[in-house]
Amino acid sequence: MNAHSSVYEQDSNDRLQILDPDGNVRPDAEVPDLSEAELLAMYEALVLARRFDRRAISLQRQGRLATYAPMTGQEGSQVATSYALDEQDWLFPTYRDHAAKHVHGMSLTSLLAPLRGYREGYAIPDGVNVMPEYIPIATQIPQAMGMAWGFKLQGQQDRAVLCHFGDGATSEGDFHEGLNFAGVFDVPAVFVCNNNQWAISTPVERQTQSETLAQKADAYGIESVRVDGLDPLAVYQATRGAVRKAKDPGPGEGRPTLIESLQYRFGAHTTSDDPTVYRPDDAAEYYRERDPVDRLRGYLTNEGILTDERQATIEKRVDDRIQTAVEEAESLEADPDDIFEHVYDELPRRLEDQREELRELREKYGDSAFSEVLE
Amino acid sequence: MSSYADTVRENVEAAGDETVSVNQQELHDHSAETLSELTLVEAVADALYTEMSQDERIMVLGEDVGRNGGVFRATDALYDEFGDHRVVDTPLAEAGIVGASIGLALSGMRPVAEIQFMGFVYPAFDQLVSHASRLRSRTHGQSNAPLVVRMPYGGGIRAPEHHSESKEAFFVHEPGLKVVTPSTPYDAKGLLTAAIRDPDPVIFLEPKLIYRAFREEVPESSYELPLDEAAIRREGTDISVFTWGSMTRPTLVAAEELAEEGIDCEVVDLRSLSPLPIDTIVDSFEKTGRGAVVHEAPKTAGVGAEIAATIQEEALLYQEAPIQRIAGYDAHMPLHALEDFYLPQALRIKEGVRDAVEF
Repeated sequence: MNAHSSVYEQDSNDRLQILDPDGNVRPDAEVPDLSEAELLAMYEALVLARRFDRRAISLQRQGRLATYAPMTGQEGSQVATSYALDEQDWLFPTYRDHAAKHVHGMSLTSLLAPLRGYREGYAIPDGVNVMPEYIPIATQIPQAMGMAWGFKLQGQQDRAVLCHFGDGATSEGDFHEGLNFAGVFDVPAVFVCNNNQWAISTPVERQTQSETLAQKADAYGIESVRVDGLDPLAVYQATRGAVRKAKDPGPGEGRPTLIESLQYRFGAHTTSDDPTVYRPDDAAEYYRERDPVDRLRGYLTNEGILTDERQATIEKRVDDRIQTAVEEAESLEADPDDIFEHVYDELPRRLEDQREELRELREKYGDSAFSEVLE
Repeated sequence: MSSYADTVRENVEAAGDETVSVNQQELHDHSAETLSELTLVEAVADALYTEMSQDERIMVLGEDVGRNGGVFRATDALYDEFGDHRVVDTPLAEAGIVGASIGLALSGMRPVAEIQFMGFVYPAFDQLVSHASRLRSRTHGQSNAPLVVRMPYGGGIRAPEHHSESKEAFFVHEPGLKVVTPSTPYDAKGLLTAAIRDPDPVIFLEPKLIYRAFREEVPESSYELPLDEAAIRREGTDISVFTWGSMTRPTLVAAEELAEEGIDCEVVDLRSLSPLPIDTIVDSFEKTGRGAVVHEAPKTAGVGAEIAATIQEEALLYQEAPIQRIAGYDAHMPLHALEDFYLPQALRIKEGVRDAVEF
């Protein structure tokens, strides 16, 4: 497959776009109503995401993190979708949506903790409305629908739920069941399909014979929009509109929306994956020219909002924050008792016995005796 | 047609990797005795390759099994050799993969489906337990579902959440399914070959912890191992330790260390979890009078419970001590920082065996 046959390249008029690859506002496009401070904050989140991604990959290579799912090329859409949420809205992320989680309130340390093997990173801090990442594909979609349904049933009109998933997820039954329910019960949900065109080694053309993923919404009677996922302002606008409609639909409008955010997975599926086995890299340059971070930077520079000095300040600030988070994550310590905590509200007798058994073994032999290589 | 080992050798030569010990002379000699040194995951690919070369009805389907050769390379080289009609990258849908496999089997094909990790099999559970397992009984024996569902299982590789499960008991509990798991490359090829040729649906569990742990001589030609026979990996007189898959090696390590303490373990690698190789279990137990079971899955209602109950039924009067279940705890598989504390290993195996012997 080459760049010119990809779904991204096919027809650029079929999707919402605001910025051209150099960050110029397209003719007839309207820039979303965001203040300079908001635009700069969004840009800083993008720079943070890009540099976090690089650092995480590097840490994984050094054996300091386990398998990591990179997001380079997709962080523009992640940051923009979370910026379009209100604080009280809920986010259902996948294992790749690090930047989306962070913008909606999860600390950088909490993003790193599971990659160090600690479940603490999945905990939902008070006041933060982010579910733990979903790894089994598409399973979050009916759940996000259900939460949105529940908010509607309880009259919480100011709440929406945003659910992320990839192009591969549209092949799972859960996607279809979730969207169908969303239409039937008219729930305040925004389904964001991050179409990065690759489900590990399987190109999106192999997932479906449909021309677009957005059109799958038609089957369920819900609205859809296709957006250039490498254009952060366009993603913001599409998502903001969907969130508003979810909470306060106009006459004849339904609440749920499927957003197909067209992207490209610049890197590997995870650090365990080698895309050179199955994917020619002739598309890479095409997408690098449309890089979401560079594009927003171009716009902000053109507008005189971003200066070299501000850029340097931002880079220094995000690097410091990443460094602090890495140090915090690396200082976490495992407590084997944690294996038994939180399985149930109350520990059943057998689990209590098992916890005691492990405690006695640790006391007798020491923790280092448990780290023998199993194989 | 070239053999799987030829392909591996070519790949190794192309990569300039001299650390892989492939006997060049033997690889060029296509006699029945030809052997190659394979890892367990290579033996899986070898079995698929060899069977597909001989039977055009056999096809492989799943997520990333084609061009990518599988996320663990268990279907390496198949796509290039057999093409995209027989080595099929499917849409991402486990229920679709297994449901399609049942239909393919009904049409006369012999599908070998891959579920990428055992923790992702649940969407396909309905297809397996409501249909694959009972097609034979529902049609009064007139139809069957000769398919294999391969899936890597187990922990110990520092994998993300949902990538380390051992849920064999779900499938053992379902009548009509066979469940097998190898612990060596030689067994992997022989058991998978037999599974592909078997007229009933077979769940083939691959211990990913030892996919590449060691190499072993594997015949290049086809051979089958019976799907219902255990292997005695170490003979002993004091206690029978029953295990399978990736727990076999730590159990053998524990047995050697216990031998220095004067405890002589018999280590039985079940290989087949359904049907259970009851005769071997009972014979071994009657010899030693003491038993332990080692598995990664949670203790409660694990296969260890079935083995202990079977021994009570068949050999009660030989029993000299409670049967020890050395298993995962009744909690979810933790993220990797704690997995060494969750999984049985030589330390816990030795402790459990001593409890049984000193009872």
